[in-house]
Amino acid sequence: MAREVNTVLTIATLLPDLLGTYGDGGNGLVLAQRARQRGVHALLVPVELGQEIPEASIYLLGGGEDGPQRLACDLLSKSSFKQRVDNGATVVAVCAGLQILGHSFSVEGNDRYQGLGLVDVETTRGTSRSVGELCARVGDRTLVGFENHGGHTTLGPGISPFGQVLRGRGNDGAVDGYRTGRIWATYAHGPVLALNPWLADLVLESVLGYELEPMQSVADQLYAERCAALSPR
Amino acid sequence: MDPSARNRLAILAVRTVNWGSRVTRRGSGTVAGGRIGLQLSPKLLSALARGRTTIVVSGTNGKTTTTAMVAAGWGGDVTTNATGANMPAGHVAALVESSYANAALEVDEAWLPEVVREVGPAVVVLLNLSRDQLDRANEVRQMAERWRRCLSTESGFRGTVVANANDPLVVYAAMGATNVRWCDIPTRWMADAKSCPRCTLAVHYQVSTWSCTCGFAKPTTLSTTLHDGLTVDGVDVPLELSIPGAFNEANAALAITALDEVGVSPLDAVQRINAVRAVAGRFTLRQWNGHTLHLLLAKNPSGFDALLSTVEDDDADVWVAINARIADGRDPSWLYDVPFEKLRGHRVWCLGDRRLDLATRLDYGGVAFEVVNDVDRIPASPEPVALLANYTAFSEWLARSTPC
Repeated sequence: MAREVNTVLTIATLLPDLLGTYGDGGNGLVLAQRARQRGVHALLVPVELGQEIPEASIYLLGGGEDGPQRLACDLLSKSSFKQRVDNGATVVAVCAGLQILGHSFSVEGNDRYQGLGLVDVETTRGTSRSVGELCARVGDRTLVGFENHGGHTTLGPGISPFGQVLRGRGNDGAVDGYRTGRIWATYAHGPVLALNPWLADLVLESVLGYELEPMQSVADQLYAERCAALSPR
Repeated sequence: MDPSARNRLAILAVRTVNWGSRVTRRGSGTVAGGRIGLQLSPKLLSALARGRTTIVVSGTNGKTTTTAMVAAGWGGDVTTNATGANMPAGHVAALVESSYANAALEVDEAWLPEVVREVGPAVVVLLNLSRDQLDRANEVRQMAERWRRCLSTESGFRGTVVANANDPLVVYAAMGATNVRWCDIPTRWMADAKSCPRCTLAVHYQVSTWSCTCGFAKPTTLSTTLHDGLTVDGVDVPLELSIPGAFNEANAALAITALDEVGVSPLDAVQRINAVRAVAGRFTLRQWNGHTLHLLLAKNPSGFDALLSTVEDDDADVWVAINARIADGRDPSWLYDVPFEKLRGHRVWCLGDRRLDLATRLDYGGVAFEVVNDVDRIPASPEPVALLANYTAFSEWLARSTPC
């Protein structure tokens, strides 16, 4: 298969100092390492508070506490982020990141905050916090992860959920996250791409535009173990 | 029943249940009795603490060691919850077991407000605050807010807070108290306070200070400093610990300051603290199955970061054991917040219930690893091996091994 040898795949983790509560930085590491192991020159760039957002193929948004989530949303709305997404960048968002991309979200109290409006979804405060294992069916695959949030996310007409919840709550107890164009979002926080190597490769393939060679690693054993532990029998 | 009769009955119940638990070897006899006592008399903790001078210690890392240092440094008889039972049932059990006038209590972060209210401590030591067991505690900033409320002048707390001036979350929590002794101690982990606890903007860190544009900044009136040496209220204190780790020097600095506050001279306290050699099985060499193990406890990213910096820069094997049971926090996502890349060049043996999570983390971090499905098959090593374990994994290895 012909490949551009000199292409650099830039993966930017946005505001890890605000959105990175649950090991979310792991997602960038996993994408970069899995790309490198297939011979792709991958660059992993954390974009911290006060830094300009660089051009990148993939932007990652993690989870965060209420105050930092609001601040991250304010900073991103004033940055070049929306324009870069409009220009075709891919986004992988988990937890608070999932909420920020929508029209609005609620944090402490019940105050509503305006989101980035990149996706037609909105998040209100759920009646209780959802803390525990999250398992969802995504096409013919199973997503495994852990969620810890108090949001109830409603998808607008025409927005497809990312998966059907098998265990845990996700957006509303029935579906989890959303998938629209180049945006992937799930409530499975932290290193969800480490737990689900198939998903990491799907994201990479969508960006690179070709099918990746299969690779075996201990992550496959971990995935099998978590599936066995979490899937309803 | 009048309150004092109720308390006497409750104390009798605590003694009976704890004794029963110990003789039947069903438990170490520290929690079950305390729980029943609190059910019989909800104000029991308050009644047991009355008339004593109490120092309580809380924070994410270093609670057990610092509490042991306070107890040792005080001199004489001190009541303490040395078994690590750090919630009110454990405090009740400790205070029922011994009636000494001085008490050193380790307190779980989430229970600090209740314990401060019930016990009315002379001193509250705040070590640090960072991400740990987020499935239970949810958010670390909320914890700082709850601490702040229970220690504020308005809450009625009249004791002294001994606080780490280099942890913005601790400073935020202590700032509202009437009496604070700020301690300038080395603090490595800043990842949870990059955003200001007061206004959420970026905290700016310089070599020896930090501040935010909102005016929130490192306190300037420092009671204790630990740089080249330890100084408490202008007095140089010869700190020469028997246990390893820069973080333990910081713990000792806080313990000595807390003891100074209740009238123990730092020069006396430091001699007794220098002599502490082991705390609840930590920092000691253990034997197991022909291996000599240096058993080390690390429960969260900041704890692991501190311990990884003590692992020798050689190519020796390192064992790491990870569980994700209730007491550990059920979500091991935090493994990606630990800079395991520091172990490149070592071979890491992955142990514990979540060894595959650990192995995957190490694999992506470029660290050589072996997944251990059968601990009996690990080849013997002539040298002592560092074994880093999180909470329940540490307890298992402590039970499984014997002292050297």
